[in-house]
Amino acid sequence: MNFTEAFVEVDGCKTHLRRGGSGEPLLFLHGASGAPAVMPFMEKLAQRFDVLVPEHPGWGQSDEPEWLENIHDVAYFYLDFLKKLNLKNTTVVGSSMGGWIAMEMAVRDTSRLKSLVLVSPAGVAAPGVRAADIFLMPPEELVRNLFVDQKLAEARLAQPENIDIALKNRHTTARLAWEPRLHDPFLPKWLHRIDVPVKIVWGRQDRILPVGLSDELKRRMPNAQLHILENCGHLPHAEKADEFVDIVCS
Amino acid sequence: MPYAEVDVAAARAHGTVWGLPNKHYDAQVAHRLYNRFLDELEYGEELGFDAVSVNEHHQTAYGLMPSPIVTASALARRTSKVKIAILGSALPLRSHPMMVAEEHAMIDVISGGRLISGFVRGIGAEYHTFGVNPTFSHDRFHEAHDLIVRAWTEKGPFAFEGHHYRVSYVNLWPQPLQKPHPPIWIPSQGSKETIDWAAHPDRRYTYLQTFSPAKVVARYLKMYRDTCAGFGYAAKDSQLGWAVPVYVGKDDESARREAKVHFETFRNVFVRMPLEMLLPPGYTSRESLKNVMKAKAQMFGDVTIEQALELGLFVCGSPATVLATFKNHWQEMRFGNLLVLCQFGTLPADLTRKNMELFAREVMPALKALA
Repeated sequence: MNFTEAFVEVDGCKTHLRRGGSGEPLLFLHGASGAPAVMPFMEKLAQRFDVLVPEHPGWGQSDEPEWLENIHDVAYFYLDFLKKLNLKNTTVVGSSMGGWIAMEMAVRDTSRLKSLVLVSPAGVAAPGVRAADIFLMPPEELVRNLFVDQKLAEARLAQPENIDIALKNRHTTARLAWEPRLHDPFLPKWLHRIDVPVKIVWGRQDRILPVGLSDELKRRMPNAQLHILENCGHLPHAEKADEFVDIVCS
Repeated sequence: MPYAEVDVAAARAHGTVWGLPNKHYDAQVAHRLYNRFLDELEYGEELGFDAVSVNEHHQTAYGLMPSPIVTASALARRTSKVKIAILGSALPLRSHPMMVAEEHAMIDVISGGRLISGFVRGIGAEYHTFGVNPTFSHDRFHEAHDLIVRAWTEKGPFAFEGHHYRVSYVNLWPQPLQKPHPPIWIPSQGSKETIDWAAHPDRRYTYLQTFSPAKVVARYLKMYRDTCAGFGYAAKDSQLGWAVPVYVGKDDESARREAKVHFETFRNVFVRMPLEMLLPPGYTSRESLKNVMKAKAQMFGDVTIEQALELGLFVCGSPATVLATFKNHWQEMRFGNLLVLCQFGTLPADLTRKNMELFAREVMPALKALA
């Protein structure tokens, strides 16, 4: 499946967008380390969906707009993005920080959404569950902590890294998620506003955002479907691509 | 103001004293140390130093002074002539800069106008301990500074409408005694952005390069002068300063022998911290961060006293050697302010006093005569 690359301008932000496949739109919102390449799960999803993979404002090849100050800015940006591209019945799949963005969008407006798939999402804290301190971890240790299967970590570490983009991604992650750390304390009380189907996918062995956080999400969104994958770390879409795609498509 | 009796082995094992668990802290030891260090600072006045300086660090054995306000307040009452330099208050870490304006003003008034106000951003590690977002550090610093200077100088009440700080009624009681306000100094580890800001004709603040190799000090002080020239004015020597650890002994050999373990503990145990702690995202420009990452091996490895002397990171020797070293540097850099760190790391009280005495009696008069 071929993905095209282009820039779209939304809210004055030149936004890098990969797009491939056909069908109903599926918007993938990446996590803190960005989406620098087409990954196997995207190819698989593209057999069923029109898959859109933007790089968030402040990440990768996208602009760093002056207005980008907090996670709410990103949520409004993506609502405008859906409108600008006239996407309807959109399945929004968000990993980690992308899952947080998906929830922030959906508590505001679900009119262009069909469903949400939250993949080890940030955004909500739970008493007694401590997220890893990603800002104190040296980069290599962070990559190792993403996966159960250390071969995947090795493969990622072996890829050449664009240091400018890595520092840019890290900067924007800090801007949006330094404090409160990786969550919005005002988000949980509005999660009941999400009136589209929600699936939550988590790796049992997630060492970045522990699976215990899923209990809090289930408590706030009792109708959500929870899928916990065994032998899986923080990136189920990368570590268990087939199972993950089946869950999204089911 | 280090916790000089730290368990060095424990600190080494932990990798850094920044975030060293406070089970290694003993309040009785701290009681002794605080009073020792305050005695030493007061002794500075007796020895004829122009100023004594205090600073701010948090949750670390590196420094027992989370609030320089407390130590400066004690000094304001126990001294009568010496200037008291707070170098500085970490503005972005404070939830409200108005408190800084008020506290500095109190010390200035109590001391009869002897305060030098230093403003800093706090070091990277402190953005981890406080949770303050480092990507807003520069913005918060600049805005806090604007609020403080306006609060010191303008008739109130007035409203301050910032992006990070909003105050409906700014109406300071007390305003400082020095007019228009206490001198403002900007200590820095070296940053073009800081120099551009401090050298601006509206500010002309004294720029203080701290604990850096002499070559780096020379480069940044020159950058400061060039920046002033770019703004269309000549920097006065009083706008330039260098803060450096110093140890003066009877002769070169005994000075090095006495200082060695204490300096090396200072440099290789107290100052050391991992890159992620030192430079969180946004604390510096990404270009600076990249440069630091390139120089990582050099910056994060151990340094011996011999290497430090070679680099000019430390000045140590007989009075004649120390005087000659500073004279040479002064010829090149023309710094109007020299801040000598007479106590560092584990340097004990007797050696600290001896160091202060030798510097004050046998080095300082000739250095003062240069200017």
